[in-house]
Amino acid sequence: MTFEVGSGLSIGVILATVILVAAMLIWVERRLLSFWQERLGPNRVGPFGLLQVVADMIKIFTKEDWVPPFADKFSFVLAPAIIMTVILMSFSVIPFAPDVGVVDSNIGVLFVLAMASLGAYSVMLAGLSSDNKYALLGALRAAAQMISYEVFMGISILGVVALSGTFNLREIVLAQEENGWYVIPQFIGFVIFLIAGVAESHRLPFDIPEAEQEICAGYHTEYSGMKFGMFFVGEYLGLVLIASLITVLFFGGWLGPAFLPPIVWFSLKVFVFIAFFILLRAAIPRPRYDQLMTYGWLFLLPASLLNLLITGVIILSTS
Amino acid sequence: MAKIVIDGVEYEANPDNNLLQECLSQGLDLPYFCWHPSMGSVGACRQCAVKQYRDADDKEGTLVMACMTPAADGAIISIEDEGAKSFRSEVIESLMTSHPHDCPVCEEGGECHLQDMTLMSGHNYRRYDKKKRTHRNQYLGPFVNHEMNRCITCYRCVRFYGDYAGGTDLSAQASHHHVYFGRHEEGVLESEFSGNLVEVCPTGVFTDKAFSENYSRKWDLQTAPSVCVGCSVGCNTSPGERYGSLRRTVNRYNSEVNGYFLCDRGRFGFDFVNNSDRLLEPVQRVDNTGELLADDQVKAFIKEFKADGTIGIGSPRASNESNFALRAMVGEENFYAGYSDVEHESMQVLLGLASDTAFHSPSVREIEMADAVLILGEDVTNVAPRIALALRQSVRNKAKDLADESRIPQWQDSAVRELAQHDLSPLSIISSAVSRLDDVASDKVIESLSVVAAMGHQIANKISASAPKADCSAAHDQIIEKVVEQLKAAKRPLIIAGNSNGSEVIRAAANIARALYNFKDNSVIDLCLLVPEVNSVGMSLMTNAKNPLGAALKKLHDGTAKRVIVLENDLYRRASRAKVDAALTAATKVLVLDQLPTSTTANADVVLPATAFSEHEATYINYEGRAQLSFQVHQCKKQAKPSWRWLCDAEHVDDLVERCCNEVPGLVRLREVLPGENPFIAGMKVPRQSHRYSGRTAMTANVNVHEPKQGEDKESVMSFSMEGMPAQKDASVHAASWAPKWNSNQSISKFQDEVNGELKQGHPGCLLIERKDSSGSYFKPVSDSIEPSENQLRLVFSYQIFGSDELSARSKPIQARMTDAYIGLSPKDAQKRDLRQGDVATISPLGSPVVICIRRGIKAGTALLHCGDGNISPADFSGLIEVEKSATQTTSRGIGNLIVSDFHEEEINS
Amino acid sequence: MLTLIKDTLTSQVVTLWRVFSHLWVKADTVEYPDVQPYMFPRWRGRIILSRDPDGEERCVACNLCAVACPVDCIALQKTEDEEGRWYPEFFRINFSRCIMCGFCEEACPTNAIQLTPDFEMAEYKRQDMVWEKEDLLIDGTGKYHDYNFYRVAGKKIGGKDKGEARNEAVPVNVRSLLP
Repeated sequence: MTFEVGSGLSIGVILATVILVAAMLIWVERRLLSFWQERLGPNRVGPFGLLQVVADMIKIFTKEDWVPPFADKFSFVLAPAIIMTVILMSFSVIPFAPDVGVVDSNIGVLFVLAMASLGAYSVMLAGLSSDNKYALLGALRAAAQMISYEVFMGISILGVVALSGTFNLREIVLAQEENGWYVIPQFIGFVIFLIAGVAESHRLPFDIPEAEQEICAGYHTEYSGMKFGMFFVGEYLGLVLIASLITVLFFGGWLGPAFLPPIVWFSLKVFVFIAFFILLRAAIPRPRYDQLMTYGWLFLLPASLLNLLITGVIILSTS
Repeated sequence: MAKIVIDGVEYEANPDNNLLQECLSQGLDLPYFCWHPSMGSVGACRQCAVKQYRDADDKEGTLVMACMTPAADGAIISIEDEGAKSFRSEVIESLMTSHPHDCPVCEEGGECHLQDMTLMSGHNYRRYDKKKRTHRNQYLGPFVNHEMNRCITCYRCVRFYGDYAGGTDLSAQASHHHVYFGRHEEGVLESEFSGNLVEVCPTGVFTDKAFSENYSRKWDLQTAPSVCVGCSVGCNTSPGERYGSLRRTVNRYNSEVNGYFLCDRGRFGFDFVNNSDRLLEPVQRVDNTGELLADDQVKAFIKEFKADGTIGIGSPRASNESNFALRAMVGEENFYAGYSDVEHESMQVLLGLASDTAFHSPSVREIEMADAVLILGEDVTNVAPRIALALRQSVRNKAKDLADESRIPQWQDSAVRELAQHDLSPLSIISSAVSRLDDVASDKVIESLSVVAAMGHQIANKISASAPKADCSAAHDQIIEKVVEQLKAAKRPLIIAGNSNGSEVIRAAANIARALYNFKDNSVIDLCLLVPEVNSVGMSLMTNAKNPLGAALKKLHDGTAKRVIVLENDLYRRASRAKVDAALTAATKVLVLDQLPTSTTANADVVLPATAFSEHEATYINYEGRAQLSFQVHQCKKQAKPSWRWLCDAEHVDDLVERCCNEVPGLVRLREVLPGENPFIAGMKVPRQSHRYSGRTAMTANVNVHEPKQGEDKESVMSFSMEGMPAQKDASVHAASWAPKWNSNQSISKFQDEVNGELKQGHPGCLLIERKDSSGSYFKPVSDSIEPSENQLRLVFSYQIFGSDELSARSKPIQARMTDAYIGLSPKDAQKRDLRQGDVATISPLGSPVVICIRRGIKAGTALLHCGDGNISPADFSGLIEVEKSATQTTSRGIGNLIVSDFHEEEINS
Repeated sequence: MLTLIKDTLTSQVVTLWRVFSHLWVKADTVEYPDVQPYMFPRWRGRIILSRDPDGEERCVACNLCAVACPVDCIALQKTEDEEGRWYPEFFRINFSRCIMCGFCEEACPTNAIQLTPDFEMAEYKRQDMVWEKEDLLIDGTGKYHDYNFYRVAGKKIGGKDKGEARNEAVPVNVRSLLP
């Protein structure tokens, strides 16, 4: 079996790596957060606390897998599976390096957006099936937030698609080899995509659906054990996915000077964005729910539409 | 009604009161020390200073002592005035200059009036840097501790002890800041009301010694409204429990019954609850050894008793519910009286009189209003001590009349006393022994009982010629004349008698009262008939007149009845030893329910443990027919249950009371003492624990760190917890007196509708007996035909406050004041038999050993027998006895604790 | 509008930078138990009962600590020696309930109950966290070296008669006629 796009080996390695990285992010996030907060973070288990993840995993696997008696059992179990599935599916169109990837899809960008929309179902099902007022509130917030931000998330990357003339992510990367990183012409698109990406993966500061202080833990209040673990890892997978997409769409994917292999360039870029997301968490407080919606619809949507309009005008006028 | 203005707010006031009383009645906080609601003002402490203004234009005002200023119409005063405030804080600062720094080791701490007043007056830092005067303490007996350093010389102690309670052995000594309150030498405080010093003293000079040995702060005590079971007065108490043992009893105000004071039997007689001999498990006697019974065995046993041929013997010291449960189980015809046949007979007379419209059975408060009293044949101080205290107040009505004439307000305590000097309302005592009330008696006659009764009849005849004449010698004609005049002249005469020595005296007393009734044109006459035990009246109302104890014993003896249930009763105290022995031996099965082992439990086949008064909710009926509800204070950890729970399936006290109301004609209104239709205030129970109750999570942690569930009380409106409706908001269940800023019992003024008035929401009890019989007639005198022979003496039974009551005699502090069974003889009779003070003698017919007590006040030819704590049964003796010197001369307690005024000191032979 | 956007952006960016710059600041964490932290003497840790300078129990069983305790985890019973000195018959603290608030120490009129810097009190069984007087009583005076309640209080105890406490005059002779 050879290591090429779409080979079984490639799929296996990507799957394993992505999940492993997502899991390791638990440790990375805690360490980084603590550095920014002048603490040490988890450093007792293994060297530098690296095995903390293992300890957490052992804990989470051995915890009682409890389904509340009042919950709707089928959808309660289904919900965490959906989030894992859709995010892992999204990774299939990501070009990690020239030869590394699962598929080269002509509709890569659309596929990612479609999968992100499906993610909303997971959250809604979790909240509804829990039969708990906090979970329900969380689910409602999550649904509204995800559907809203999906709109301008899509619109914000249309500029990139227009510039490269393709929905194929691998071709978008290759297009940047010639045109330079799209972050320069599409800076507004990048900023909007970054913000919408954070909101899509309900990371801080946009973790309104699971705001501990207000609504306990939102839609996953009733979850415990491995089902909770799936939501947890799902969130980190989403983080990796958004970071990968930014890298691919705006920062030239694996492209970089040749002294490092492409996959390393890709990883480095992804890591920088992940670190940036963690920094956001450490620094920026959570807005109110209505502020989030106002900001989205009254600022980001017009801005992204304007960005697309200007991009279109420029493309038409130059060609 | 007068209108007074306090701090700009207008209040309705009673012009007969002083300003302090009115301020407190209105719920205002004004500090005071020397004033006491029942003792009036003397203006000694200067603590209640307020500013008084001449009129609305007067801005300066003058400082006056609120307790010495009448609440005259139009008075304008200010409590909050800065001048008055600083005066009060300086007064307390000077009162505190010698106060020792020992609150943490003071039993009063936490319920100290001085602490409260200091805080209220705003004194918080000691500026006086000179030396504190100190005093040496005295030993004052087993009840009261003395710590003179703490004294602030408010004089309340001597005013209560001497002026109010008539004690002679506590006085103010020395002068200026050396003033000392104590006895002339160390020794037991003689007054039967010495325990009240603990509550009267605003600080910790007099503290409860028995409580100190088992000390807990007030806030740590679990309390509930209870009724004293020491005698038939039914004083209201607040017993407190901590760590499973009953720690102390304090007074609980009831405007109609005990007011602010208890007797020492009531205050210190609770300790039998903690007695290590308590029966706590159901036991079956098998070959003279006890065998524990399981639940189902007990049930089987009770079932066996439900068959025919079972009789029940009630108890005058058990609750209405327990007596009723037994009566319901065996049937009314098989329910027998639990007191002696003599008592049964006099009780029937007493019940007959209780429904007579000519008489009124006065409450303790009403007794205090009497302006001429005749005590016939009863030693009130020892039978019903609280009434003796009330009688001491009644003789001061003369002084009050004089004060009214001179327009001196009645609260001007020392002025009123000064005015009247030794001028007292008439109180005549005709009895067979010296009594503790003699010092306030206008006339006393000591005669044998038959003469006492005859004199009574004679008085009746002299008042109203329609009363039958009695065969009475002319020796006392002069006194009889005098008493007749006094009673005739009185506005509210009171006749007191009791059933401790047969019914003839009661008949005589009734005749006097009826004669007065006729003389005074059918105005109702106060006739107070005392009974010895807490529920004598309740049980007698349930008992068929044809069912005396003797009949029950006879039935058992001749085999008509096979099984007997004895309810909380020691039959050996009630009937002669021979008869009880015969009956119990003849019975096939004897079931006894009791709290403590007695001679009767020793002869029972099965003994079931009953709870003591503080461990169950119950109703009792006092001497005047007042039913009162006593709540459960704490839970009995072992297997003891209320007797009624062993005997019937009722779930709830209320159910039993309800049935009792329906089935016992005399108890129809008993349900009125229950908390009522909607007992829960705002859906909450009333907490038994104070809001400061401490140690909940550590009390039982030595046994198990996991805290036990709070005790559930399914029966009553109270809970065994800190949670619920506190008394400050609704005091209809007044567990313990506490109000913000008022930690001591003085806080009671916050719960009275006015000072000395009724409790705002509380229940003073319910008078059960309806008076509708107007056909009463005079009793015919029955003369005593038995003449004593040469060696015989006429026998009179003597009650002792400490020892005669069966239960309180098992209490440690009371035991420290008890005597052995003794026989009181006149010096002449003693000399004749060559007996000396303290000798041991035997008395016929059983040859029981008794100590000789020679008293000058006993009439020759009469012997006064005190039965001690149960070794001798009164029923063993008929009217005459013989006394002989005993060969053995050992006694356990002797008679050293006896406090009587006529103790014969000198050697007889000299 | 523009200034608003500008202010918002600069504020967010500055915040991000400020937080990021903490990467170069040394962590405050003390790596207990590898490194023992310095405990201040008035740290509110394990509770002890101290003795007075004469070596006698300071606690007089006044119950004030128990009533001050917000979680009610102190239970004690007063008793007395033959000469009138009060002391606790038992004194129990349920440390599994204790919240180390120090109210008991503040309430104590004799400086008997004191909180110490010792915080290492973990046990495997909750029952082991119930401490009796024998466990609580130390041999020293704790934080307060000089105070002896009975030298100030007026109550007579063994070794100190009436009038021998601080600032006390000799007992009055009640029978004296002198002013």
